[in-house]
Amino acid sequence: MNAPERKTAMHTQQMTYAEAACLALREKMRADARIVALGEDLGRGGVFGQYRGLPQEFPDRIIDTPISEANIMGAAVGMALAGLKPVVEMRVIDFALCAMDEIVNQAAKNRYMFGGQGRVPLVARMPIGIWSASAAQHSQSLEAWFAHMPGLVVAVPGTPADNYGLLKSALDSGDPVIYMEHKELWGLTGEVTVGSEVPLGRANVLTQGGDLTIVTWSRGVSLAVQAAASLGKAGIAAEVIDLRTLWPWDRETVFASAVKTRKVLVVHEAVQVAGFGAEVAASVAEHVGCKVARLGAPRIPVGYAQVLEDESRLSAAKIEAAARNILK
Amino acid sequence: MVLPVPQQRLLDLYRVMRRIRAFEDAAETASQGGVAAWGLAENATPAKVRGPLHLSTGQEAVAVGVCANLVRKDLLTSTHRGHGHTLAKGADPARMMCELFGRATGYNHGKGGSMHIADFSVGMLGANGVVAAGIPIATGAAHALKLRKQPNIVACFFGDGAANRGPFLEGLNWAQVYQLPVLFVCEDNRISATTPTGPMTAGKGVSARAKALAIASEKVDGNDVEAVDAAAARLAAQVRAGGGPRFLHAVTYRFKGHVSVDPGSYRDAREVETAKQSDPLLLARAKLLERGVPAAAVDAIDGEAGQEIAAALATADAAPWPQASAAYEDIMNTVTGAWR
Repeated sequence: MNAPERKTAMHTQQMTYAEAACLALREKMRADARIVALGEDLGRGGVFGQYRGLPQEFPDRIIDTPISEANIMGAAVGMALAGLKPVVEMRVIDFALCAMDEIVNQAAKNRYMFGGQGRVPLVARMPIGIWSASAAQHSQSLEAWFAHMPGLVVAVPGTPADNYGLLKSALDSGDPVIYMEHKELWGLTGEVTVGSEVPLGRANVLTQGGDLTIVTWSRGVSLAVQAAASLGKAGIAAEVIDLRTLWPWDRETVFASAVKTRKVLVVHEAVQVAGFGAEVAASVAEHVGCKVARLGAPRIPVGYAQVLEDESRLSAAKIEAAARNILK
Repeated sequence: MVLPVPQQRLLDLYRVMRRIRAFEDAAETASQGGVAAWGLAENATPAKVRGPLHLSTGQEAVAVGVCANLVRKDLLTSTHRGHGHTLAKGADPARMMCELFGRATGYNHGKGGSMHIADFSVGMLGANGVVAAGIPIATGAAHALKLRKQPNIVACFFGDGAANRGPFLEGLNWAQVYQLPVLFVCEDNRISATTPTGPMTAGKGVSARAKALAIASEKVDGNDVEAVDAAAARLAAQVRAGGGPRFLHAVTYRFKGHVSVDPGSYRDAREVETAKQSDPLLLARAKLLERGVPAAAVDAIDGEAGQEIAAALATADAAPWPQASAAYEDIMNTVTGAWR
């Protein structure tokens, strides 16, 4: 991607999900010298091209690291305490499991445990999701683990526009943000309003409808919109809500839709058991008291062969079937 | 009284060691009668220090000898046994004692206790409940200092047990790869919680591991505060000059159990008694007297430390408890009223 012109006025531009993140980080790094990025293979622009061009523009601030996930994350905590705003690249979320002490015990708890003496404004990018034929250790969606953890913000962008706007907000949050891009969305093209920001904790209502509410995020977003279009042809009006951030999550928008439709289906690619869908469904049941249902992956590791992988995959057809089921 | 420079330096080091010893002794006493984590007898009055207390009694010379070579803006990461490091870096004993007592006026407003004692204002970035967890944080802090072209260094304290955790290797490698201003200090008390470290550690020990990464190291008697001071002075100067990381291996001994309620009966009593012959305070005192410093001058320091810590205890005893509402402070309030 060529370096965009610096403009103060907003304008729209077509770009991919990866380019959107790259542009957001470039803008923020130009504006704030405290922002650095560190991780494996960043020197060549990141394994998914999501840092393309940045090593050339910021040779001292894009830091290629050893394969040392624990130290990458721990160093980011130390950098933050010493005045920087680090962006951490974990490559895939599965590798972030090598840095769980640094995320959970160090980054998430620092501000609270030390009584507010310090802040840890780091953004940990850890791509999630099924990535064709990548099997059990490169395909997980673990957003619920981090939503469970006090002290962390959790962002799960599902479109280029949100990957641009949410990454910018994440860099401004002042607290550690677990930022989960989906590996099968890197090439997704969409319109981005350059200069915009997407606030943390604000859902996006993608389609309006009165028959049921579909709450989803990340890879589920475009599939739910497809399912809603198909349902629409059959005269069923689905309201699709993209949460965009899981903590904080936009309860008000979801509850308002639930009051209207009285039927809420939560859809995510992660394993359904103890997934974040359970939190959404239970909250809706407690506060609105309407019918709720969940659609997530079965509790199996992601398999390699296509036929096995498909068992764990979301699809528009599966979402449509689940929607029809809740309407029965 | 004007003393020659070497005597005055030793007296100054002794003063900080004595402050730490007095603090540890007072905290230990205040933890007697029950530590909540191990359960309290029925009708027992909870101790004033109710949480796990990892005492650095006997290890004072390492903290003091190293920190004597740091300036206020230098940074420090510590271990779960961090009172000595915190005091040696310049923290206020009264605010520390308030934190141990769980009071609102403690450094962490009662949110951390002994295991998370910290004073960021003097560059002390925190004790840590996880072995070796301070090492990556120290490398990152040093990385930031280097990127921001600041003239300061980071002292990274860890125990002998930490050398068997992965972040030890990752952190030492990182500091050497990026030539970062870190002084690694292995405070080797020879025991990992309640298990001797030696039989659990392959090869020739921690220094050999540093040498394998081409990090220059020095081994020193960690009970001899002058030896620690001298070695730390050499190594800190090299780090400060931009020479990359250095490694100090200071061998000492933990006088107490792993925590204050642990009598340490798994150790040979003779070993403990022998180790106490090398009490860093006794060694320093003997040197001072030998060099003509009047006993009264040394005794006066002991008395001052006792008074200072007695005052810290009184302050902590009188300090207010946190409000329950403070449980919801120092964390983002991202969903108003929806903490559960």
